[in-house]
Amino acid sequence: MSNSGSNSFTRRRFLQGTAAAAGVTAVSSFVPTRFAIGAKAPVRVGILLPYSGTYAMLGNSITDAMKLRLAEADHKLGGRPIHFVQIDSEMSVPKAQQNTQKLVDKEKVDFVVGPVHSGIAAVMAKMVGSREGPIMIVPNAGSNAVTGPLCAPNIFRTSFSNWQPAYPGGTVMAKDGHKTAVTIAWKYAAGRQMMDAGTEAFEKAGGKVIKDIEVPFPDVEFQAFLSEIAALKPDAVFAFFSGGGATKFLKDYAAAGLNNSIPLYGPGFLTEGVEAAAGEAAEGVKTTLHYSADISNAANRTFRDAFEKATGRSANVFAVQGYDAGELLIKAMGAVNGDTGATGAIIQAMESAEFPDSPRGYWKMSKAHNPIQDIYLREVRGSAQKLMGVAAKALEDPATGCKMS
Amino acid sequence: MDISVFLVQLLNSIQYGFLLFLVASGLTLIFGIMGIINLAHGAFYMLGAYLVFWLTGITSNFFVAIVLGLPIMLLLGYIVERTAISFLYKRDHLYQVLLTYGLILIFNEMQKLLWGTNFYSVPVPEILKGSIPLTENQVYPHYRLFISMVCLALAGVLYAVIGKTRLGMMIRAGAVNREMVQALGINVGRLFAIVFSLGVVLAAFAGMIAAPVSSVYPGMGDQILILSFVVVVIGGIGSIKGAFIGAMIIGLADTFGKVLLPDIASVAVYATMAVILIWRPQGLFGKA
Repeated sequence: MSNSGSNSFTRRRFLQGTAAAAGVTAVSSFVPTRFAIGAKAPVRVGILLPYSGTYAMLGNSITDAMKLRLAEADHKLGGRPIHFVQIDSEMSVPKAQQNTQKLVDKEKVDFVVGPVHSGIAAVMAKMVGSREGPIMIVPNAGSNAVTGPLCAPNIFRTSFSNWQPAYPGGTVMAKDGHKTAVTIAWKYAAGRQMMDAGTEAFEKAGGKVIKDIEVPFPDVEFQAFLSEIAALKPDAVFAFFSGGGATKFLKDYAAAGLNNSIPLYGPGFLTEGVEAAAGEAAEGVKTTLHYSADISNAANRTFRDAFEKATGRSANVFAVQGYDAGELLIKAMGAVNGDTGATGAIIQAMESAEFPDSPRGYWKMSKAHNPIQDIYLREVRGSAQKLMGVAAKALEDPATGCKMS
Repeated sequence: MDISVFLVQLLNSIQYGFLLFLVASGLTLIFGIMGIINLAHGAFYMLGAYLVFWLTGITSNFFVAIVLGLPIMLLLGYIVERTAISFLYKRDHLYQVLLTYGLILIFNEMQKLLWGTNFYSVPVPEILKGSIPLTENQVYPHYRLFISMVCLALAGVLYAVIGKTRLGMMIRAGAVNREMVQALGINVGRLFAIVFSLGVVLAAFAGMIAAPVSSVYPGMGDQILILSFVVVVIGGIGSIKGAFIGAMIIGLADTFGKVLLPDIASVAVYATMAVILIWRPQGLFGKA
């Protein structure tokens, strides 16, 4: 709906307009907007993430890391304090519209950070994706559409598109010499898109996917499907689950005895943050992701220490995405000295943002506002995720359907 | 589908059916005998799972955790019956639905306060790890066989208690004619408290033994509650035999629905219910 507007103006015209606007606001930017009496009014940051259910761990990791980054910056954005409005998305797509409306219309947030679930992301992007709305930062949901057909000047992603971590996984699986595979994932947007990307790469390299199993979301009763896989006897299995469901899947896969005969591959979420819970059931599982705990750069080590000190938990990819969402907020508001009215200049700053010191290594924004980043190959060994190398260097999402640039 | 897959799926269906039976039998007893629609029944299933997760962590023994957990649930059931449910026997079903729905909210919040919103898993006890080979490439986990066997034994005990004991006789009589039972000098209030607590313990026990295979998570009782209602409706309200057969039918419909017709799996159960109700509106073993 609001997307129709983005077809009628080109990026160039948009930038011209906003440059003019930025010129005006640059003069007045020393006069911060929205003064509260005696103090600068806070920047309003809305957060819509899951804090219950199978993805609660993800929502908490993202939130904690984003707040960690903002705490490091003295709890200020462009010199202004920050006011958070936090809503539990409950992973409910039917509630997504109402929750987004609450943040945008009632709370009048300047930024909206969220969500985790791809289905909710599509709803949010449709509602927020216009120049008038707040600026949306997606700290996880990989829905290809968000930086594809639904892309908009005010929508940015600090995580990944579903295509990104899955595609190299298919390549790796073929490179390991497997000829046939079964894919299995939850039946929802993210599962579908990741299985498609994995299949695309695997079949391009000469492999064949013999069966595509969809598990109702968020069911964790896998037994029935595992016996089917055992009967099909593929060379490999390509799977996507996440959070609590991933732990359960790995355990059931091992309990069914499949881990000894059919190697398991997948986008990194399959093993991310669940190594301890899954224990030896995850041994030998190979995944591809834009992060690995043992990336050996100083930024990663500092971040992991700080996160663990602040939360008592180990950092994971979701925390990194939240941390970079915080970084993006700092960059955006820093560029305009806290003037939330200078939307054009904010967007410009975000578009040209580079992240040389991200825990995941260097990355920058693509034209479609999605990270251009390295995808790592990891393998679980001794209940720890070991970095095995880079599966794809500076991988950019094809952003099929994005008409922004 | 080849025969080995069929066999495994059959075992899966039976195991799931047994779990459903444990939950549904309590539900059908409470409704059939006391006339109470208990929406909070699934919450007891969830609390049982959390309790066993918590106690397993403390005692590091799954079986000890169950033994310790059951009396706690029995007590909880008794308290709930005395402080809330007992005021509703003479009231309309609408009041019962409202109150027991309120109980769901209370228990769900209580669970979140105590254990948070994360998914937990309870490890399969050491002696039940491993699996038996069925065919060349199909194995079946010991623990799932254990669930089926325990549930089968429990179903037998339940059948014997209801059919052969004095308590069972009172329960059956209470279901048919409450006033008559009361007139014969049986303390119906106490009888109902026993039935309710028994139902709670059955649901909680199902949650406990399901914990190692289904994970422990907020709201895990909701889905099983809905399916249990379906079981009760199919089997005929108040009938233990009906709950047993109904649970097996739903176990089959759910498992084979997921495997054979993944696109319409979510309606397979309800379609089954519709067909049975067209044929027998009162349920398979219900009184017309």
